[in-house]
Amino acid sequence: MAGVIAVCNLAMMNNKIVKQREAESKAAFAEAYKVFMHPRCMNCHPAGDVPLQGDDSHLHTQGVKRGVDGKGLYAMKCSSCHQAANLDGDHLPPGHPNWHLPTAARPMVFEGKSPRELAMSFKDAKFTGFKSMDQIIEHVEHDKLVQHSFTYGTRPPLSHDEFVAKVKEWIGKGAAIPDK
Amino acid sequence: MQLTVNGKSYDVNVPSDMPILWVIRDKLGLMGTKFGCGAAQCGACTVHLDGQGIRSCVAPVSRAEGKEIVTIEGLNDTLSKPLMAAWTEIDVPQCGYCQTGQIMAAAVLLRDNNNPTDQDIDNAMSGNICRCATYQRIRKAIHLAAELKKSSS
Repeated sequence: MAGVIAVCNLAMMNNKIVKQREAESKAAFAEAYKVFMHPRCMNCHPAGDVPLQGDDSHLHTQGVKRGVDGKGLYAMKCSSCHQAANLDGDHLPPGHPNWHLPTAARPMVFEGKSPRELAMSFKDAKFTGFKSMDQIIEHVEHDKLVQHSFTYGTRPPLSHDEFVAKVKEWIGKGAAIPDK
Repeated sequence: MQLTVNGKSYDVNVPSDMPILWVIRDKLGLMGTKFGCGAAQCGACTVHLDGQGIRSCVAPVSRAEGKEIVTIEGLNDTLSKPLMAAWTEIDVPQCGYCQTGQIMAAAVLLRDNNNPTDQDIDNAMSGNICRCATYQRIRKAIHLAAELKKSSS
């Protein structure tokens, strides 16, 4: 009898730990979501084929389009205006050598997605093109364009280090899908 | 700094962050390319850098080292002839100030797309502003230039 109670207690404790980790995973995603949906991130993950601009995420002026490779069309390539580095001065284009949107084949849309929808997208290899969840961590931690998003304009609500930590926590604790 | 512009080599003594537009106009005397907004917003300053249309008013000259700049003065005949004929035939310009940039952007489109649709033209040209609003004539001229280019090749 005592053995049965002990096993039950252990199971309940395990269940409690699992629930706790799930809650922490969801909470971590909720924090990271604020960065994913911040204009510095979301502006390059638009719902359509036009990048977004500014803190109000308006459609990019000049009618700029994604193009097949995510780098624009004809004389309207990203690098037609965006240089290898940010330019000093108001309303001048920020810059990075690899300025681009996701490709047309894999547009990786963030705009308009709830936390639940975005987390489900991140767990879908067709959405990310990644073979494992570890590659999401690799992307947010080391991708130069992601890092660059924390260097200009109105900054995301977390520092890059804090953001990476939240993404790692979300994945490390099971990549739980938020309820909404 | 060594620069290649319209097939000619130049040795220029300029700061590496000087915009390409300043160099080609003020140092090399190639005045066809225009200063419009100075902020990559209008397209009047469009030139080609290794074949890519760029806004020369914000591009530092260091970006052009080891590459080929082409301005409207050096646009090759395959593109310049049909564009010039079409622009003349349709009588596109009004004041003309933006037209260098319009033609240099249209040249990239025509080089990459032999049969541009209206949508292709919008995609390629919507970043080039014309205060005289010659947009309908530009569209018409690009269609004509595409036909002329095909018939001459």
